[in-house]
Amino acid sequence: MSAIYSFHGGIHPEEHKSESNTSSIQAAPLPSYLILPVSQHIGAPAKPAVSVGQRVLKGELIAHADGPLSAAVHASSSGYIVAIEPQIVAHPSGLSDTCIIIETDGRDEAMPATPHPNWQSYEISELLGLIRDQGITGLGGAGFPSAYKLNSDGIHTLIINGVECEPYITADDRLMRERSDLLGQGINILQHITGAQQVLIGIEDNKPEAIKAVGTACEDRDWTVASIPTKYPSGGEKQLIELLTGKQVPRRGIPADLGIVCQNVATAVAIAQAVLEGQPLISRITTLTGERIANKGNYEVRLGTPVEHLLQHGGYTPEQSQKVIMGGPLMGFTLPDPRVPIVKTTNCILAPSKTELASDTQSQPCIRCGHCADVCPASLLPQQLYWYAKSQNHEQLNAHNLADCIECGACAYVCPSALPLVQFYRAAKAEIKEKSIEQRQADIAKTRFEARLARLERDAAEREATRAARKAEAKAKAEQDSRFAGEEDPVQAAIERAKAKKARLQQNGEPNSLHSKIEELTAKLERAKFGLERAHMSGKEEKVLTALSASVQRLERLLASAQAKQEQAQEPSE
Amino acid sequence: MGSELLSNLLWPVAALLALGASFGALLGFAAVKFKTEGNPVVDQVNALLPQTQCGQCSYPGCRPYAEAIVAGESINKCPPGGEATIHALADLLNLEPLPLDAEHGIEQANTVAYIREDECIGCTKCIQACPVDAILGAAKLMHTIIASECTGCDLCVEPCPVDCIDMIELPTTLQNWSWPLPHQPSIIATDKLHGNAV
Repeated sequence: MSAIYSFHGGIHPEEHKSESNTSSIQAAPLPSYLILPVSQHIGAPAKPAVSVGQRVLKGELIAHADGPLSAAVHASSSGYIVAIEPQIVAHPSGLSDTCIIIETDGRDEAMPATPHPNWQSYEISELLGLIRDQGITGLGGAGFPSAYKLNSDGIHTLIINGVECEPYITADDRLMRERSDLLGQGINILQHITGAQQVLIGIEDNKPEAIKAVGTACEDRDWTVASIPTKYPSGGEKQLIELLTGKQVPRRGIPADLGIVCQNVATAVAIAQAVLEGQPLISRITTLTGERIANKGNYEVRLGTPVEHLLQHGGYTPEQSQKVIMGGPLMGFTLPDPRVPIVKTTNCILAPSKTELASDTQSQPCIRCGHCADVCPASLLPQQLYWYAKSQNHEQLNAHNLADCIECGACAYVCPSALPLVQFYRAAKAEIKEKSIEQRQADIAKTRFEARLARLERDAAEREATRAARKAEAKAKAEQDSRFAGEEDPVQAAIERAKAKKARLQQNGEPNSLHSKIEELTAKLERAKFGLERAHMSGKEEKVLTALSASVQRLERLLASAQAKQEQAQEPSE
Repeated sequence: MGSELLSNLLWPVAALLALGASFGALLGFAAVKFKTEGNPVVDQVNALLPQTQCGQCSYPGCRPYAEAIVAGESINKCPPGGEATIHALADLLNLEPLPLDAEHGIEQANTVAYIREDECIGCTKCIQACPVDAILGAAKLMHTIIASECTGCDLCVEPCPVDCIDMIELPTTLQNWSWPLPHQPSIIATDKLHGNAV
């Protein structure tokens, strides 16, 4: 037996385990409706693969995993799909989420299973695929998809978590006592997948029967069954690792960084069933306990069974403003509605009486006694965190490592002022997360806004450039034109010419018609020649050029004949 | 005796002058070489603004408002940022936090624009109005909003000639739900009015 280390803090609340751990696991009756949420795990919700009205068999896939961090959902019994719609789910918010609702037909007809007895010959990836397809998630509490967690390299130690440190809950205790063979086979498969050399099984010393049963089941193996002292929260992943190996998981790190992977005992059994028997995760063991329950004990419940149905089966007699808690008294939450379904992570349903579990005592001011810091398993300063959470001082909360809080509730348990400390931390964590999301969105918006401004500027510059180019072109053309036209405006010039002619006619009285005609023709010829030259320069069409040169020739001819006539007229007078 | 006094006096003066000149030159060089481009305070202020680019502050975007704040504009004109932004700005600039100026709008839940696509006539007016290019579409073709990029500034609502853009509040889902801060304990009755008694 290897050495048992210790971790800081921890509490010893009343155990309340004996109420429910004396009787063996019973099968809970089948409800008439099964409500199966598509999101019973951490990660992306599963995608429904069935349609309303379809008949499904027990174990049939009804929603497949969407991406690597997701888990499939299977029908827990045979029946018809009656709806795929939002329903209130087991969540402290009381919000609704997509659920697949099956009306059971009572025949409990199962899909033919495909067992894999020779799993040792399989590739690791095939085994991981099997685990993933059978919808296995961590059954201890968080519901992390198992295949994803097991898919890490460099694992040297496999830790099997059978601590079950929270009061009232005995599901894992009974499971270890009654199904230790399956557990052993499950650990075998897990060791094969992870390639771990060392296997440590941690069980609290308040479960001697379980320790004995597991010890017997793995006698012929070199695994270590470690009996650890009863203390809450020894079952926390990081706490158990510290207890068994003396190592602390680095901040913001995961156990795989230390070469360690942790799996709950119930998960190991589910994996054994999935691989050896080909059975998907369609039921789990849930502790039903509390003073308002007559038949306390552990029940094998089909996933999707409404809590109400299980309570009725357990002989539930509610008192006024009765609270029903899902999970334990320290980390569980009050159910918003008793109709919510049992899901993969539901290890306990607790219906306490008012005297049993004090509810909502008026909290008093913090007196800075420091008990919370003594019991904090993460070695934080809960009262400082409390002050900063209250004043929403996120900078200081980060400086005091709020992110390392595992929300175990030990601080709130010992608080003499009954402050709801964990709720403060949860709210503060949510706020910090929200802020960081907002900041990220603001950064995206800023980038997009700046990109848009840059684009608009570029467009404007381009438009300006084309405009400037057009202007320059027009100017160049105008200059070319003016070179030919001189300074004269052609219209003005024509008017001038007409005026001059009129004036000349008036001056001469009797017009010397021949003389004036020659003058006129000379001017016309000048203009025609000028026009021809201009047409040549500006590259006019062939037709235009021919017409212009023809008119020049014509004018030349006319002028020549006019000059000849004048010479004739002058000769007789001499 | 006189010349000794003079040299005793001159040397230190000369040394100090030399030191002064050399350090002055060094500082002058550094001022030119390591000159800060733009005003760094504007960047800091801009980083605290929510970047919705909504213009509710009467400036054409967050950066212009940041520049105006540095130039002396009051810090309470940003409704999307709300009280949290005002406090952050007050902390940064060492000013008194002011209540939000209601003239520029009130703090509202986050919204996202939604185009009723059947009614869209494809005029592109909203596309031109969007400060973050979060609207997709072309002339005479239906437009749609890229919800993940929309800042909820509602600048697209007014230009729409057929009023087919709605601003819808983001629903609370299991993914974005968060624990509320617990009810603050208050045992002294008269302290209740002040909100927090402890």
